[in-house]
Amino acid sequence: MTEFIHHIPALIIVIPLLWGFATPLIGRLSKKGMYAWVVTALAITEALTIAQIYLVLTQGTQVYVMGGATYNTTIPPDSGGIPVRIILTVDAFSAFMAFTAATVTLAGGIYSITSEEGTSGESMYYTLLLLMLSGMLGMVMTGDLFNFFVFLEINSLASAGLIAYRVGKGISVEAAFKYAIISSVGALIYLFGVGILYGEYDALNLAMVASRMQFTGLDKVVMALFTVALAMKAGSVPLHYWVPDAYGKAPGAISAILVTASQASLYALFRVCFSLFGLGSNTLTTGWFLISLGLLSMFVGVTMALIQTDIKRLMAYHAISQTGYMLLGVGVGLATLGTAAFSQYGLQAMEGGIFHIINHAMYKGLLFLTAGAVIYRLGTSDLNKMGGLAHNMKYTTVFFMIGALSIAGIPPFNGFASKLMIYESTYLFNPILSIIAIVVSVLTLASFVKVFHSAFMGPKLYDVKEVPKAMLVGMAILTSLIILFGLFPNIAIQYLVGPAAKALANQAAYISSVMGGA
Amino acid sequence: MLGNLPYITVVIVAGIGIYAMMWKRNLIKVVIGVSLLESAVNLFLVSLGYRAGGVAPIYTNAPSTKMVLPTPQALTLTSIVIGVAVDALLLSFCVVIYRHYGTLDPRKVRRLRG
Repeated sequence: MTEFIHHIPALIIVIPLLWGFATPLIGRLSKKGMYAWVVTALAITEALTIAQIYLVLTQGTQVYVMGGATYNTTIPPDSGGIPVRIILTVDAFSAFMAFTAATVTLAGGIYSITSEEGTSGESMYYTLLLLMLSGMLGMVMTGDLFNFFVFLEINSLASAGLIAYRVGKGISVEAAFKYAIISSVGALIYLFGVGILYGEYDALNLAMVASRMQFTGLDKVVMALFTVALAMKAGSVPLHYWVPDAYGKAPGAISAILVTASQASLYALFRVCFSLFGLGSNTLTTGWFLISLGLLSMFVGVTMALIQTDIKRLMAYHAISQTGYMLLGVGVGLATLGTAAFSQYGLQAMEGGIFHIINHAMYKGLLFLTAGAVIYRLGTSDLNKMGGLAHNMKYTTVFFMIGALSIAGIPPFNGFASKLMIYESTYLFNPILSIIAIVVSVLTLASFVKVFHSAFMGPKLYDVKEVPKAMLVGMAILTSLIILFGLFPNIAIQYLVGPAAKALANQAAYISSVMGGA
Repeated sequence: MLGNLPYITVVIVAGIGIYAMMWKRNLIKVVIGVSLLESAVNLFLVSLGYRAGGVAPIYTNAPSTKMVLPTPQALTLTSIVIGVAVDALLLSFCVVIYRHYGTLDPRKVRRLRG
């Protein structure tokens, strides 16, 4: 049993990967068997990520050496002090992100059982879904710069295939083409940066490069390349134009999972800023850079969302806007890193930003699932043609209300918990930032009142039924987590968010977990 | 100067690739641009690992001279395989887009707005 526990980080990546490739075979034998197969894979992955959080909390950062003689010999004795193999480095922040990704994919996978039923190539859908999950989990758990590129590409290719899944007169393919171009160019920019780092430091391991970091002019170029590529993939504002297309045209469950896929890139952006460059770089400037990206994303996202008439496109613009909160919170943490202000409010800002990651994944995932449910029944995504759905789709209405109140930051839902932390801490840093954040939150509420009114209120226009059970179960999983995190934010902060923020801020611990010493 | 020739080539190839992606009015040419950018990055990785006069990094029976670095070659192989997958996916998207829109001109493939 103890032997098994050490292999959890590798199993989390391998199980979705292998089960995904076996899915078409099972699908040939039996449809029901395939659903059970996929849901089992997702449930096992979810259980393993929870076990991993427990392990990281009790035993500290977990390392796993791929193909090594033993799982934790990061530096083999005959290698001359260099970690030669690919190493998975799972600290509290990685474990937190892996849990988020696995949860949303579990809900999306169960939801897909009825929402994608009867479409052609259904077994391929689940193969790509599991590959996408595997890519996301790999991205957040790897400690190797090149390995990250590989998982990024696995994730991007699977996502692009899924965005184009419902061809819909070619319009989703147009969105997927845009997404695939952006992802591959972003990944190549990232790879170019990795090449420069390898040329300078003869290493690809993130901790190894961080420990040898000299902060030359070339490193600043690398930092710019990484920031641009990863901010583009995360959907931050100057490079956000693919987000509404891709989220808007993907099937409902895929839009929900794409949110976590973008957050995996956001994770990498934070990881590069904190663990790779860390205090030696000019953290005040990078922090303010993240803050300004965040403010732009918040503001442009929400103002563009106000004028949309397509329900999923509107939600996609809100996804951009909410990404801004995470950038703002963690950006304030980065700007104050290493000063006295960090312990006063910087850490709290980071906790708020990181807490917002999981909250956003839950409520935005839920909102995309409800939008998918409305489209599933009505066959249109145009808000002007909807109305009166609350008469018949009672559960969907309740789920939508919870998601909408949560994104607008209304207590007692989870959006309030993380937004309050961001407001409080950024107010101490710079009052204007927190005022902008509150204004954006009000505009978000305005926009969702519009959606709620035009889609669910009013006289009965359509004689539709409630969506099938599997879709409701998918939505209920996310709703229960929203309410749980909203009512007991202290539990989430103590066990999930607090350790994650401390792990991210502590560069020395990250390096020593791989390089030994300290 | 001659030693820097590979890097100059990288810049030129990447420049042509970015030009094709930005300004060419045909989606196939955009895909060619992505492919050129991939090649530029691959060439960059391989030339990083090159040592003048080095031999292939195979330890058994190798003469005791300089070797070129093995890691960038492994990276490049992986990157080439991924690049093929990306190109194939993008080209298959082009096929579907052409079937539904009847054109590959990005100015006309614009049903997503707002």
